[in-house]
Amino acid sequence: MTKNKTVVNVCMGTGGMASGGAEVLQAFRAELEAAAFPAEVKEHCLAHRVGCRGLCAKDVLVDVLTDGSVTTYQFIKPDMVPRIVTEHIIGKTPVAEWQVGEDYENFHQKQVKIVLSDCGKIDPEDPDDYHAVGGYGTARDVLTEWLPGEVIEEIKASGLRGRGGAGFPTGLKWELGRKARGDIKYIICNADEGDPGAFMDRAVIEGNPHAVIEGMIIAAYAIGAHHGYVYIRAEYPLAVERLKLAIERARRRLFLGRNIFGTTFDFDIQVKLGAGAFVCGEETALIASIEGQRGMPRPKPPFPVNKGLWQRPTVINNVETLANVPYIMRRGYQWYASHGTERSRGTKVFALTGKIKNPGLIEVPMGITLREIIEDIGGGIEGGKKLKAVQTGGPSGGCIPANMLDINVDYESLAKVGSIVGSGGMIVLDEDNCMVNMAKYFIQFTQEESCGKCVPCRIGTKRLLEIMERITKGQGKEGDLELLDTLSNSIKVTSLCGLGQTAPNPVLSTLKYFREEFEAHVRDKKCPAKVCKDLITYSIIEGACKGCGACLRACPAGAVTGEKKKPHKIDPDICIKCGACFEACKFKSVGRD
Amino acid sequence: MIETFEAIARNYRQNEGNVISLLQDTQEAFGYIPREAIDYYSQTLGIASSRFFGVVTFYAQFRMKPTGRHKITACCGTACHVRGADRILNSLRLELKLKPDEDTTKDGEFTLEQVNCVGACSIAPVVIVDKKVYSKTTADNILKQLRALKGPSHDEK
Amino acid sequence: MARITINGKTIEVADTATILQAAKLHKIPIPTLCHHPKLTPFGGCRLCIVEVKGMPKPVTSCTTTVGNGMEITTSSPYLQELRKTVLELILSDHPNDCMICEKAGDCTLQNLAYDYGIRENRFQGERRTYAKRDNNPFVERDLEKCILCGRCVKACDEIQGVEAIDFGYRGFNSKICTSYEQDLDCEFCGQCISVCPTGALTGKLWIRKGRKDHQEEVDTICTYCGTGCTITAHVKDNEILKITSKEQTMNEGWLCVKGRFGYRFVNSPERLTRPLIKRNGAFEEASWPEALDHVAKRLVEIKAGYGADAIGGLSSARCTNEENYAFQKLIRAGIGTNNVDHCARL
Repeated sequence: MTKNKTVVNVCMGTGGMASGGAEVLQAFRAELEAAAFPAEVKEHCLAHRVGCRGLCAKDVLVDVLTDGSVTTYQFIKPDMVPRIVTEHIIGKTPVAEWQVGEDYENFHQKQVKIVLSDCGKIDPEDPDDYHAVGGYGTARDVLTEWLPGEVIEEIKASGLRGRGGAGFPTGLKWELGRKARGDIKYIICNADEGDPGAFMDRAVIEGNPHAVIEGMIIAAYAIGAHHGYVYIRAEYPLAVERLKLAIERARRRLFLGRNIFGTTFDFDIQVKLGAGAFVCGEETALIASIEGQRGMPRPKPPFPVNKGLWQRPTVINNVETLANVPYIMRRGYQWYASHGTERSRGTKVFALTGKIKNPGLIEVPMGITLREIIEDIGGGIEGGKKLKAVQTGGPSGGCIPANMLDINVDYESLAKVGSIVGSGGMIVLDEDNCMVNMAKYFIQFTQEESCGKCVPCRIGTKRLLEIMERITKGQGKEGDLELLDTLSNSIKVTSLCGLGQTAPNPVLSTLKYFREEFEAHVRDKKCPAKVCKDLITYSIIEGACKGCGACLRACPAGAVTGEKKKPHKIDPDICIKCGACFEACKFKSVGRD
Repeated sequence: MIETFEAIARNYRQNEGNVISLLQDTQEAFGYIPREAIDYYSQTLGIASSRFFGVVTFYAQFRMKPTGRHKITACCGTACHVRGADRILNSLRLELKLKPDEDTTKDGEFTLEQVNCVGACSIAPVVIVDKKVYSKTTADNILKQLRALKGPSHDEK
Repeated sequence: MARITINGKTIEVADTATILQAAKLHKIPIPTLCHHPKLTPFGGCRLCIVEVKGMPKPVTSCTTTVGNGMEITTSSPYLQELRKTVLELILSDHPNDCMICEKAGDCTLQNLAYDYGIRENRFQGERRTYAKRDNNPFVERDLEKCILCGRCVKACDEIQGVEAIDFGYRGFNSKICTSYEQDLDCEFCGQCISVCPTGALTGKLWIRKGRKDHQEEVDTICTYCGTGCTITAHVKDNEILKITSKEQTMNEGWLCVKGRFGYRFVNSPERLTRPLIKRNGAFEEASWPEALDHVAKRLVEIKAGYGADAIGGLSSARCTNEENYAFQKLIRAGIGTNNVDHCARL
C-alpha cells in the first residue's frame, strides 16, 4: 500500500461476495477507468479485494484510503460507485450519508485483533501484501535463528491453547510431537469447521491464508515434520480457492518446498477437501478421512501425536491456533500472554450471530464479559427484543441464560456453567426463540452426523431426538425430562469420541436453565415462544385483514382463501404451519397462538 | 465416460490421491457418482467396490443420482435455523412436491440440497440458487425465484 | 511385564496386553459384543468399559493397554448401570423375536439381556426395518438383527481378504453392505457367520432345522483337503445340521465354503449304499462280492494286457483319511502304478 495513493478496499469474503462484492469491485475498476482524469486516477488509485473484516451484515463494505485518511462505506451497491468516485476520490468530499455509523466504531472498539489483525487490510491472494506487513519474515527468522526446542518453549510460555474446542496447550502438543519416535511426521491444519453457525476459520483463510501457512511452517519446524495437510471443508469454495492459490504462490517464492528460505529445511503442504461429515473434525476421524476411509473415529490412546496419519506421529492444530503462531513468534510470548486471563491467554475469534444487531466476526481478549460482547460490540439485541440466552460451542456446547451475562468468556468460566468456548460459535437467542426447539435442533444435528460406530451415539442420540420430538409435538410424557437427563449422562460417559461425548450438552444445559419451558411443552402442551409448530395455530385477525392477498400468494399449501379486499381465512386442516403468511403480512393481521 | 474415469484414475496414481479425492473428482466431472465409475476404479485400482460404496454413502457430499438442472442449496446452520431456515425449507419442499426421501423433482428440473452451514451466518438465512447467494431471505422471496426459473409454462393457481 | 490390580487382586501380565486380555487370562468376566480375540479391536459396543483409577471416566478394556500400577474395577453399580443402558439401547433397535430366532440359546446379545435382567426397555423408538432379502445361496443376512459390531466386516477383510462387505451409510442408518447392496456374491467362506454375535448372520442350509439345545456336537476333521481343519458337526437325529469350528483349533475356527457348507452329501438320499454294475448300458444293483470280483477281474486283465500304468485311481475327499490311505496303497502297492490322485490335494 503505497503512500500518496488512493486505495479502495472492497470486502470480498463470503459475506461480501454474497452481497455483491465482486460487482462493486468491478464497478470501481470500470468507473476509475472511465473517470474524468483517467491517467491520474488510474495511476493513483488501486481498487482491490480484501478479506473479511467481520461486520458482514453491513456488506458490501468499502474502504477508501485517500490523503492518509480512511473512510468506510457500508451497504454499497454497484450503482452507488459512480458517486463515490466522482465526489470522494476525484472531488475529495466523502459521501457522508453512506458512511458507516457509530455502531461500526463500537463494533471494533473493544476488540483486540491478533489473528484478524491483517484480515480486511491485505489482499489475501497476494503474498507480497502479507510480506509487506512482516509476514513470512517471521518464519524465515525462526528457521534461521531459532532451535526447534526454543520455538516450543516460546509457544508454551505464551499460554496458547488449541482454538478448535478442547483447549489443549499447543506448546505441549508440539513437544509431544517432537518427542514422538518416527522419522516421518505430519502436521495437519484442521479447517473442517463443522459447527453450524460458526465461520471463524473460513474468514481467517479467506482473509489471510498466509498466516495459516506461516504458522504451519513454524509448527512443522518445531516438531520436525516435512509434510503438512490442510483438511478443509468443501462447502467453503472461496476459502479453498484462496488457500490453494496462497500455497501455490508461497511455493513459487520458495516459502514452501525444498530448502525453504534458503535453509536445509523442507516443508510442503497439501490441501485435502472434506466431503461433508461433521465427525471429521474429530482428530482420528479426520485422519481416517485423509487416508481415504469412512470418517469413523477410533479409540484413544494411542493418540495421533504418537500414531496418527499412516500410523505416524501427527500433530493436528486448528486454523486459528496456527494463525496465532506467527504473531506470537514475531512479538514474543510476553506480549501475547499479556492478553487474556491467567489460564486462558490471548484472544479468541467468535462468530457472533443470531438475533444480534451487528452480527459478525469478532476477536476479543479471553476473559471479556459476555455482556461486553453482546451489548458493546454486538450493539444489543435486534428489534428491541429481550435477550434470552447465548449459545456457545455449537452442537457440543450449551446455553448461557440472560441472567448470567456478566460471566467471563474463557475456557474455565464457560465450562463451569455447562458450556464451552468451543471453536467459537456464539449464537444470540431472543424471546422469540424456543429453547426446547434449539436443543432439538442441535441433537438432530449430531444425530444426523453420528458416524454410527458406537452404540450410545448411534442409538442414544436417536432416542434423545425422539424424546425431544415428542415433546415439541405436545406428546411429551411424565418422566420424559428425567429420561432425557439419564440418557444424556450415559451418552456422555460411554460414547467413543468427542462427538457423542458432547452431543447431549445442548440438551442438558437447556434442561438446567430453561426447565420451565420444557415443562410448558410437556405439561401444558404449549410453546411459550410460539415456535414449535404442532403447538401453535395460525389464523387471520378479521378486523385487521385488508384483503391484500399477500398471505394467499405466500401460502405454499393453498390453505388461505378469500376475495380481494375482503378478510381472508386460513383453513386449519390444510395449514402446514410454515409461517409464510405470518411473514408475508404487512398489517400484522395473521395471528399465531 | 471411460476416458474421464481413466484420466481421474491416472491423476489418483500420480498425485497420491485417496478414495475420497478420487470420488470428489468423479463427482466434479459428472455431478454425481455413476455406478460405472465405481466398477471401473475397483477393477483398475484393485480396491474393493464395497469400500467405495461405504465411503460414498458415508459422506454427505456424494450423490448417487444425477442432480436437477437447477440446484438449490438451503443452509440449515444454527444462525439460519434461528432465523427461520426450517420454514423456508418446508415451503421449498412443498413447492417442488418432494417426498421426504427425495431431493430432485421428477422432471429433473430442481435439486434441493440441505447443508449444515455455508459459513455466511451474518447474513442468515441463506439460500443459494444456482450459485447465486440469497442472503437475509424469506420463503416468499425464494419461491418467487423458483417460479421465475420454472418459466411461463408454470400454471399459477 | 506390568503389575496391575483388577478388582483388588494384583496380577502380572505382559505390558502389551489390553485390560480385557489381562482380565480374561485371570478368569475375570467382562461383557463384550464387538470384541473378537482374533480380530483387531473396534471399541464400538462400549460394554467392556471398566473404571481405571485416575482416569476421568470409564475406558473400554478392549482397546486400553495395561500400564504398570493400574488399578482397575470391572464391575460396580455405576458400570452395571451404564452397561445396562447401552444394552437397552441396542435392544431398542432389535427385533424382539428370540422365540423364533435361529440363534436363541447361542446368542451373545440374548445372554447379556438375560444377565442384566432386561425385560422392560426405557428407550422405545424407531427400529431399522429392511424389506429386501439377500438371495445368495448360503448366508442368511437379517440386518434388522445386526448390532453393527463390525466383526463380519473385519473377518471378511482381515481373515479372508475378500472385502465383500463394509459399513455403509452412517449414524442410525448404518448398515453392513455389499457394494450397491447387491446380493452377496463372494467366496462364501462363511467366516462372517461364525463371528456374528447375534442372529443377523446364519446359514441358509440350517435354518429351522433345530436350535442349539437340540443338537449334539461331534468334533471331527474336515475331509476335504490336506489342511485338515478341525470341525464340529452339529447332529440331530443322526443328521448333520451344520458345521462349525472352534476357536481353539489349529485352523483357529476359520473354514472354507466346502468345509462349512459342503456337508449335505452325508445325509443325501442320492448317496450310493449298494454297488452298481453297468450292464447293457444301464446300472444294475449288485451284491458286494459280485461287484468286488468284477472290479478285481477287470483290473488284473487290464494290467496284464496294457501294463500297470494303464490304470489310474481317483478317490474322493468325502471319504475318510484312512479310506484314502488304503486306496492309494492299493493302487501303488497292489496295482503297481503311481497314477493315483485325490481331489483334496492342494
